[in-house]
Amino acid sequence: MNVIRYKHLFLGFSGVLVIVSIAVLVLWGLRPGIDFTGGSFMEAEFSGDRPAIEEIRAALDPLDIGTIILQPTGNAGVILRFRHVDEQMHQEILQALKAMPGNDKGIAEKRFDAIGPTIGAELRARALWAIALTIAVIVLYVAWAFRRISKPVASWKYGAVTIVALVHDLAVPAGAFAAFGHFWGTEIDVLFITALLTILGFSVHDTIVVFDRIRENLRKLRKGESYAETVNRSINETFVRSVLTSCTVLLVLAIVFFLGGASTRDFTLALIIGITMGTYSSIFVASPLLVLWEDLTKKR
Amino acid sequence: MALGGGERRIRTCTARWIAAGFFVFGILLAIFDAPHYIARLLPDTIGAPMSSLVSVIESKFPYRLGLDIQGGTHLVYRADTNAVSAEERDAAMEALRDVIERRVNLFGVAEPVVQIEKSRDDMRLIVELAGVRDTSAAIALIGETPYLEFREERPLETQTAIAEAQKKGERMDEDPMFVPTALTGRFIKRADIDFEPTTFQPLVSLELTDEGGKIFAEITKNNIGKRLAIYLDGAPISIPVVNEAIDGGRAQITGNFTPEEARDFAGRLNAGALPVPISLMSQQSVEASLGRDSLNRSVRAGVIGFFAVAAFMILWYRLPGVIAVLALLLYVAITLAIFKLIPVTLTIAGIAGLILSIGMAVDANILIFERMKEELRQGRGLEEAIREGFARAWTSIRDSNVSSILTSLILYWLGTSVVQGFALTLGIGILVSMFSAISVTRTLLLAVLTRRLQHMRALFLSGLAGAR
Repeated sequence: MNVIRYKHLFLGFSGVLVIVSIAVLVLWGLRPGIDFTGGSFMEAEFSGDRPAIEEIRAALDPLDIGTIILQPTGNAGVILRFRHVDEQMHQEILQALKAMPGNDKGIAEKRFDAIGPTIGAELRARALWAIALTIAVIVLYVAWAFRRISKPVASWKYGAVTIVALVHDLAVPAGAFAAFGHFWGTEIDVLFITALLTILGFSVHDTIVVFDRIRENLRKLRKGESYAETVNRSINETFVRSVLTSCTVLLVLAIVFFLGGASTRDFTLALIIGITMGTYSSIFVASPLLVLWEDLTKKR
Repeated sequence: MALGGGERRIRTCTARWIAAGFFVFGILLAIFDAPHYIARLLPDTIGAPMSSLVSVIESKFPYRLGLDIQGGTHLVYRADTNAVSAEERDAAMEALRDVIERRVNLFGVAEPVVQIEKSRDDMRLIVELAGVRDTSAAIALIGETPYLEFREERPLETQTAIAEAQKKGERMDEDPMFVPTALTGRFIKRADIDFEPTTFQPLVSLELTDEGGKIFAEITKNNIGKRLAIYLDGAPISIPVVNEAIDGGRAQITGNFTPEEARDFAGRLNAGALPVPISLMSQQSVEASLGRDSLNRSVRAGVIGFFAVAAFMILWYRLPGVIAVLALLLYVAITLAIFKLIPVTLTIAGIAGLILSIGMAVDANILIFERMKEELRQGRGLEEAIREGFARAWTSIRDSNVSSILTSLILYWLGTSVVQGFALTLGIGILVSMFSAISVTRTLLLAVLTRRLQHMRALFLSGLAGAR
């Protein structure tokens, strides 16, 4: 398999993917959930039959809560999303639902979150900090871990290429969730940020394994082998491992996705997209970029 | 060569002893992790005597489950510390925490968590109540706690000025008569019901802290002949006239109490007058059945995930695959034991992190086995290939895991409680997996090496490579 020979093809494909993802992100944006904006989330289950969504809306109308997003769930459940309310209003809403005509069997509240706007803003700031900090720490680490190799490509370039791969691996799931949000109203929460950071860690993990092989092969360089050839050989030697590791991780993720609870479904989906991209980028983006960079420097 | 052979036999022998040790260790851990299940697996003759051990382990070392699993409420309060000076803020917050803790304990929650959290702009109190069914009653109970303060008369000019302004509809939120002093419920050491010796009118006597006594002496000295109002939750309950400066740190509240009211009031003050006012910023409640459902789903996903990875490893790597699965079992046993010992609060996200780490834990094995196969293909002997495989795979295992550990550290440092649960389980998982995938696998591999196996190289090659 000659990855390096077709590097323009792979890099071009990834380039288009990243540009589309970023365009989607800028155009539609991510839809922040109540974790970040503040607001209320209520999941309740009617003991008898679920009244029609319009009836529920009509029952809550006199409370003057503002916009309510109503969504049926399960057999007799309903999910309500609305602005942040205090405990008194929360109880009034519950009472209004209980007192609905035809609902004589009562209602059980399964989950209720009411998050104040200040906390939301804080979480948003913290999430951005976490991502920035992780990227910075990892790049420094990669540059340090590869400090001994300076020929023919300087060690900091390995760090820099890792960032490019990272941006690639984060942009695609973020873009995908912007699209999900646009079409299906998928909201991002704290767990989504956690997923991004996990992808970040995994992506670097994967890239380092390939770089480690390049480092080793450079040390015992074969006669007459060019940098491009060394890189290509390293990719091939680690190829099976990269694919297998991703397979086991994707295997468990797929199981959690299908069998796990609803609360972690979006989280695992983000991980699945990101980890697929992470494996792809460590083989088809990071290493070819190293060679491309080397070529460009030589030409100059 | 004879010497080399002898050396190898000793090594294999040592490896077998260590491997046996791992097995015993693994079985003990399994009993520790899931005593109930193990006891059920055993025949009654052994299982019955074990029951006392089971109950000891289960009561002393239970899994600590997060609110999203066992059901409960997570409340965040903002504490309004504007009235308190900066130096006293920490003390006030600690007093607030103690009061709320006492209140929550009255409610009979198993292991309530009451924590102070400093944010950039304000001080917060986090209250976690596990297994509370009636959240709204709990919130009412926490909020109901009386906020007691002493207010002194304003100068006459200010009183009239505010009264004038209020006639015009201005300065409506100000109290025209009284202004708060530094003395609040924070300085109450003890409250008791008492009776006026002459009229037998019930009253509440307060014993103040040393600091509170000094403030009270100061206030009474400055207000001789004036009125001093005692406010409860923003409303005056008693407005006595100060006759003389009062030292000694004792005060009395003579409202128009019935004996029951006085007793009740003293009780509430003892349980805690809030030193600073609080307001609810956010609440997150999960009903227990929903949590149990999520837990069952996660555990099932975990078990199936484990078997899927195990099947994959055995099919692909044959004998080393079997060994990797044994190491993976030990990995799960150790991780669960650590969760119990620290203890780590298990959330749904945390369990997802654990399941994810099962997938990632075999990565080190994959790296090592692929390397081993390369060495075998280059014509090395089996044992040498094993040793080389481990030695060469080490740098990439180390470097790649360090980046994952760094990520989980940052997640733990910056995350909220949900994220921290995930970060902690992922981080512990990575550390344990480095031990299980490297030390345990190597020992087991060397332990099963026999002369006969040395010739059955096909057992060590993967499905694809063997067919080639």
